[in-house]
Amino acid sequence: MSKQLKSNLITYGIIIAFFAIMQTLVGTGTISSLFKGLLVPICVYTIMAVSLNLTVGILGELSLGHAGFMCVGAFVSAFFSMCMKESGMNSIVRFIIAIILGAIVAAVFGILIGIPVLRLRGDYLAIVTLAFGEIIKNIVNVLYVGKDSSGFHISFTDTASLGLSSDGVVIIKGPQGITGTPNDSTFLIGIIILIITVFIVTNFVTSRSGRAVMAIRDNRIAAESVGINISKYKLMAFAISAGLAGAAGALYAHNLNTLNALPKNFGYNMSIMILVYVVLGGIGSIRGSIIAATILTALPELLRGFSDYRMLIYSIVLIALMLISNSPKAKMFFEKYSIKQLIGTKKAQKEEV
Amino acid sequence: MSFLSYLINGLSLGSVYAIIALGYTMVYGIAKMLNFAHGDVIMVGGFAIYTLMNSMGVNPIIAVLISVVICTALGMAIEKIAYKPLRKASPLAVLITAIGVSYLLQNLALLIFGSDAKLFSSVVSVPAANIGAISITGETIVTIVACIIIMIVLTLFIKKTKAGQAMLAVSEDKEAAELMGINVNATISLTFAIGSGLAAIAGALLCSAYPALTPYTGSMPGIKAFVAAVFGGIGSIPGAFVGGLLLGIIENLSKAYISSQMADAIVFSVLIIVLLVKPTGILGKKISEKV
Amino acid sequence: MKKLLGTLLSVAMVASLLVGCGSAAPADGASDGAKTFKIGGIGPLTGGAAVYGIAVKNGAQIAIDEINAAGGINGCQIEYNFQDDECDAEKSVNAYNTLKDWDMDILMGTVTSGCCVAVAAKTAEDGMFELTPSGSSVDILAGNDNVFQVCFTDPNQGIASAQYIGQSKLATKVAVIYDSSDVYSTGIYEKFAAEAPAQGLEIVATEAFTADNKTDFTTQLQKAKDAGAELVFLPFYYTEATLVLKQADTMGFDPIFFGCDGLDGILAVENFDVALAEDVMLLTPFAADATDDLTKSFVAKYAEIANGEIPNQFAADAYDAIYTIKAAAEAANVTPDMSVADMGKAITAVMPTIKVDGLTGKAMSWNAEGEVNKAPKAVVIKNGAYVSMD
Repeated sequence: MSKQLKSNLITYGIIIAFFAIMQTLVGTGTISSLFKGLLVPICVYTIMAVSLNLTVGILGELSLGHAGFMCVGAFVSAFFSMCMKESGMNSIVRFIIAIILGAIVAAVFGILIGIPVLRLRGDYLAIVTLAFGEIIKNIVNVLYVGKDSSGFHISFTDTASLGLSSDGVVIIKGPQGITGTPNDSTFLIGIIILIITVFIVTNFVTSRSGRAVMAIRDNRIAAESVGINISKYKLMAFAISAGLAGAAGALYAHNLNTLNALPKNFGYNMSIMILVYVVLGGIGSIRGSIIAATILTALPELLRGFSDYRMLIYSIVLIALMLISNSPKAKMFFEKYSIKQLIGTKKAQKEEV
Repeated sequence: MSFLSYLINGLSLGSVYAIIALGYTMVYGIAKMLNFAHGDVIMVGGFAIYTLMNSMGVNPIIAVLISVVICTALGMAIEKIAYKPLRKASPLAVLITAIGVSYLLQNLALLIFGSDAKLFSSVVSVPAANIGAISITGETIVTIVACIIIMIVLTLFIKKTKAGQAMLAVSEDKEAAELMGINVNATISLTFAIGSGLAAIAGALLCSAYPALTPYTGSMPGIKAFVAAVFGGIGSIPGAFVGGLLLGIIENLSKAYISSQMADAIVFSVLIIVLLVKPTGILGKKISEKV
Repeated sequence: MKKLLGTLLSVAMVASLLVGCGSAAPADGASDGAKTFKIGGIGPLTGGAAVYGIAVKNGAQIAIDEINAAGGINGCQIEYNFQDDECDAEKSVNAYNTLKDWDMDILMGTVTSGCCVAVAAKTAEDGMFELTPSGSSVDILAGNDNVFQVCFTDPNQGIASAQYIGQSKLATKVAVIYDSSDVYSTGIYEKFAAEAPAQGLEIVATEAFTADNKTDFTTQLQKAKDAGAELVFLPFYYTEATLVLKQADTMGFDPIFFGCDGLDGILAVENFDVALAEDVMLLTPFAADATDDLTKSFVAKYAEIANGEIPNQFAADAYDAIYTIKAAAEAANVTPDMSVADMGKAITAVMPTIKVDGLTGKAMSWNAEGEVNKAPKAVVIKNGAYVSMD
């Protein structure tokens, strides 16, 4: 068994074990409502973190606009579900189509944005992705879409200018977004999408395209000189990453009854939060992203006991984690007593026997 | 007629962006990090002045000076505690620490001052100037003048003084500068001091022109100024100046003539177009590639 | 580095799981046999909208302290727990789940409209009685029998404003500046614009701003001025309004300014030159400097718990919300040992029958949909104080 495969199997194992434990806890009713409510958001943010890791870790480009793709996926899928709500379509089928649609449209946005953006490098690329994320959020906030017997109406000013006939309904109401999205997201579907995401990303990494992408990351000029089509592979990775974020967006949109594009959920703040998950989990490490996203999603909720000091403590924890994880002394200490080290030695002993 | 008023409003906003962007660009040039907490230092400067003037009755000019001292000390302290231990770590680790510092400052201010918007009394006592039918406020005049003076002084400082030359050397090549006997740590610390001092002045002018002060006052101007710095070519001091002014003007004109709701989208689109045509910003240096 | 992080994270993971399970109280808060009513609150205590959440938290606290001192509801004391949602729908649902773990009986919240829609869907599922002090969007009530509002819905305010301006013949050329990123502001604007022609009003300029861009209003004001507006309608909150008034003054633009209940609180902004607000008109159910005893005692108590701050309409709505809950709970004769859904059903049934006198209205009543019926008062600011216009 190759090292890579083993590592992947461990990742799947962790996800499935997490799912099994949580399902049992939910089944026996021993889990708090808070934690139960957090299960789907945890899936959303782990998918976001794994997909961003593809851009940041594998492709090696800093993207600060990842939440923009999530926004696209969320709105496209919610719009589809709202249109199909009355059609009597099976809710699971409808939700699967919504997710796929959200992912495809987000991937298309990834390609459209990637074509100009990927020509830039480093911090310039970072700022342009941030700009695109903000543009998407801003446009969604002035977008009004209504539906009546004569079809769809779109406006960029207000509901009145849609010119709907009396039977029309406004589906996207600018800043008020979409209200009444069916709550189709479940923990099971979330976990399935997460596994698919991990599968896509790990397979991409070991595929020929993935190796090309990593070659570009490690030395662009050398990669170009051996005939790797830089733009094509970069764009491929970027589009996959965007598409997976779109699927996460669909999951997010169907978990709540209301969907607004706020600075809080789809702005650069969110993109940065996802980046924090990726960096804390270890750049390039899929398993790390999953664990970090899970813990950091739950952390602010677990800090509720501190009431007013909650976010203050959260920020201190963030700084402390970065400082400790980069301090040589702490590194030595943890390496000496790390769980992995202990497990590692046990295994080594077993092999000897 | 109204076009000129829009233009002057844009210049006024742009000058504030420019002063913030100067701080951003200096820190970036030397420490090669995006200091996301810069906008929040502005907010701290604003609250310092507000407290001094309203609770202690300090003269506005002295309040601004004290606030510059406070922010300088704060900037150096942040650098020492949060950024210096990470000098050898990946740039992303520093970026995230900066975000942590930004959250920390915002939440501290929220706990101390509350979330109610404080109405800032202007530190500027220059009367408005009337040219024909157009009125230019004292704040606008002072902001623009202050911005030009700061830019000139900074340029002279970097060109003519030893410390300035050291900054230039560190920004070019940290290791080589160290070998030449430059104290890299002291230079980076000095850069943070200057950048944060500028943030205090920017805070004073920002809050005088747009006088609502909350714990989140600094974050959006901070991001806009960052955009302005990239726009002009990050690391370049005249670039930050030009980028700031242009950003302010574009923002105001697009609000006036295109759509007030989509102003941000338009500003960011212009940024993208500029970067696509000139990938290192308007006045940025071209980076030569090394194999 | 990776190894170390892995260790750190796995330790934290185990810890978080333990905490998660440790706090796992009995899932349904029904049969805990408690002798207290547990009232929960949700709203933003951090982030840009924190000012509203904190006002609601404090306003409700005053009412609860008063009620507890006077013997509680049906002889049972009230316990109060207010959770932060950062004005984010997802966090709001998390806050709701946290409160459920705490065995909440009745929800007073949420403060902001967007979050309220998401939480209302969850309370409807659980059958919990929910009374929002300030969530004003009509979507909150749609299809949820268990949800009631203390504030006006947005469309009512927009229509009432247009009617008032038209019938009092204040102006014919009207400009509107609104916050297009805010549900409250957009809701009022849309109904105002729809009603305006019927009242003989001509909207000469419609200018928007967004949450990211709410410090510089000179461009919007300049356009209103150029369009010859006699009256500028400001359907948003007082924080931004102080800036609008100041910037209008600086540019020498002096139309009639007309606002909604969001403008209440403007005179209390620290350091605000109240002369700028001279002659500003607003429709509001609450004015902090009213001279009746109820308002006076509320303002005094609020100053005590909030560092001398003056309460705004959010605080007053929250205060009324708690007294409404008390009135409804007493009318329905519920006890804390009832299950959440039974209590919700009983209170919902009596809501349309009760009348409550509060800070924001006399004899407030509700229809079965959850909308409140109370009269907005038109006030004008004269010499730094609200003066009734009727």
